[in-house]
Amino acid sequence: MFGYIVRRLIAGFLVIVATSVAVFALFFYGPSNPGQVVCQATSPRCPPERVADYNQTLGYNDPVTEQYVVWAKGLFTGRDIQFGSTTIDCPAPCLGISYYTREPVSELLKERYPATLSLAVGAAIIFLPLGVVLGSVAARKRGTSTDRLMVGSSLIIYSIPYYLLALMSYLYLVIIWGIFPQPEYNPFTENPWAWVSGLLLPWLVLGLAFSTQYARFSRGSMVESLSEDYVRTARAKGLTQRVVLIKHALRAAIVPVITIFGLDFASLLAGTVFTEFVFNIDGIGVQALNSIQDQNFPIISATALIVAVFVVVCNLAVDILYSVIDPRVRLT
Amino acid sequence: MSSPVEDVTRPAGDEPFLVVDDLTVKFPTHDGIVHAVSGLSYSVEMGKTLGIVGESGSGKSVSSMAVVGLHDAKRTEISGSIRVGGTEIIGLSETRMRRLRGNEVAMIFQDALAALHPFYRVGAQLAEGYLAHHPDATKREAHDKGVAMLDRVGIPQPDQRARDFPHQFSGGMRQRAMIAMALVNDPRLLFADEPTTALDVTVQAQILDLLQDLQRDFGSAIVFITHDLGVIAEMADDVLVMYGGRAVEVGTCRAVLSRPQMPYTWGLLESIPEAQTDPTLPLLPIPGTPPSLLHPPTGCPFHPRCRFTGEVPGDLCERELPDLIPGIEGGEHLRRCHLRNAHEVLSNAAAKKSKVGRHGPS
Repeated sequence: MFGYIVRRLIAGFLVIVATSVAVFALFFYGPSNPGQVVCQATSPRCPPERVADYNQTLGYNDPVTEQYVVWAKGLFTGRDIQFGSTTIDCPAPCLGISYYTREPVSELLKERYPATLSLAVGAAIIFLPLGVVLGSVAARKRGTSTDRLMVGSSLIIYSIPYYLLALMSYLYLVIIWGIFPQPEYNPFTENPWAWVSGLLLPWLVLGLAFSTQYARFSRGSMVESLSEDYVRTARAKGLTQRVVLIKHALRAAIVPVITIFGLDFASLLAGTVFTEFVFNIDGIGVQALNSIQDQNFPIISATALIVAVFVVVCNLAVDILYSVIDPRVRLT
Repeated sequence: MSSPVEDVTRPAGDEPFLVVDDLTVKFPTHDGIVHAVSGLSYSVEMGKTLGIVGESGSGKSVSSMAVVGLHDAKRTEISGSIRVGGTEIIGLSETRMRRLRGNEVAMIFQDALAALHPFYRVGAQLAEGYLAHHPDATKREAHDKGVAMLDRVGIPQPDQRARDFPHQFSGGMRQRAMIAMALVNDPRLLFADEPTTALDVTVQAQILDLLQDLQRDFGSAIVFITHDLGVIAEMADDVLVMYGGRAVEVGTCRAVLSRPQMPYTWGLLESIPEAQTDPTLPLLPIPGTPPSLLHPPTGCPFHPRCRFTGEVPGDLCERELPDLIPGIEGGEHLRRCHLRNAHEVLSNAAAKKSKVGRHGPS
């Protein structure tokens, strides 16, 4: 078990390195010009000499490999970054300095991250139980009108483009009917109540949208599990309906659902662009989107790195959870 | 509550412990109604074993699952009467049925690896069954009872093995654990649905011995479902042969196996290879395939595969379903066949066959 985790962590580390190399390569071999971006962020007039000066001091003229090493080293030790004549200290873990605000990217992420994390966790708390319960009920009532209603309505919600769902619920529930307050992010540590009320609508919308897939997926998994011999055995033992369904059928049906959840949760942690955008929550999704438009490379590379880390961690967590749920799974 | 082992009394009215009367099980599907079991009647006394023989789809498992109440009521139409210890269980509420299942009536399933839950320890699965019917028992007591049952079915170091998961058991051990689980509440009626089919012959013999042992100790009535006539010969007191969802021959084990009076039973027996015969001779199968339960054949369900329809005057076999009645020898031996002198015809055919040797299709 321990050896397995160590090996998986090493493999995960390699995935993260590969991701950062890929992002670096895409940026530097693409039509990018950081000097131009940095210069335009400060003044409207950018003579070519100033652009060249910025590129020179940022090290953009060095070989890509060297730049990558400098960047990677800065992650662990911190480094100084020169913008023309000014030098900015970037403490470890240094992910670079924003070309626009000249703040360390790690600071920006620290600022933005709690909002994204709050969105992801709150939505997951809604969609996972909701999807699994709806799916299990539909599976239990398979072939009845309850089942058809559930499958049909989840399909309808699933087929609405997400941005439309988010926009419409914002328009009606907040602006026209005023059922929900204006969505906003308030740190949980400062005011838990404001945190909940500000994020409630985004949670519900995101949760509803995700729950449809989980309902359909859990239903399929549960239908299969209900036809297993061991569920028949459980009934033959004279266990109550509830114990048969939850302890015997659902416990087995949940395993494949967890796999999907691991991947979905990782992608939620990487930012939910539409949700953040529509509900005006300053998370890293919107930030990443903006930095792509602005060619703000340090933020792009940092976001890619974080996504890679989450995918690796969530996958490992899922595999460990597997072995906890299913004793036949041996992590070796 | 389970009854003590000694308390093996006949139910009121001097009726056998299990009486199945005119049981019909139908599954409505999109394609039509599947007639899985039609007009099946049998009874089993305490301490006796009834063997139900038939090929896949003959209705042997479906009829047994009806007795244990394992069919989904919404997807199954069950009619007729099933009395367990004098209690009519068709139409019984789910709550009362649940109290019966695993307690008075237990079932051993075929593939123990699939039938035991892969996520729970064997001991916990036994204890769970005990607790379901002994709500006042502590977890400790239930666990000890489980371990005692594992010991009883011959699992070495039962207290350690109780902590294992099913996949850590060997095939024979798993089947023993399955049996232990079925017997944990001292059921008075035990259904064994092909309990030895997935096992090799040595282990199979051990399991059959174990079941006979346990039956002597517990005095339960056993319904033994199998397609293996050798197993039936060893285990059963009475035999019921099923074909196309109906009983086609019923009688004592000896009578049915040695003097079959229905061409299907005869065909089953003839298809068994014997140790003495020339091993190069081809086996003698029953031609054709099992009947469709969706569109059962008219008349006798076996007539499309029967070699002896020519012996019956007219097209009686195609037109009319024979009744399950005693043959000309009378007695308790019933068969569903239009052949009046079935035994004579069949033994003549057997004699002719052994004179000429086995002529299979070459």
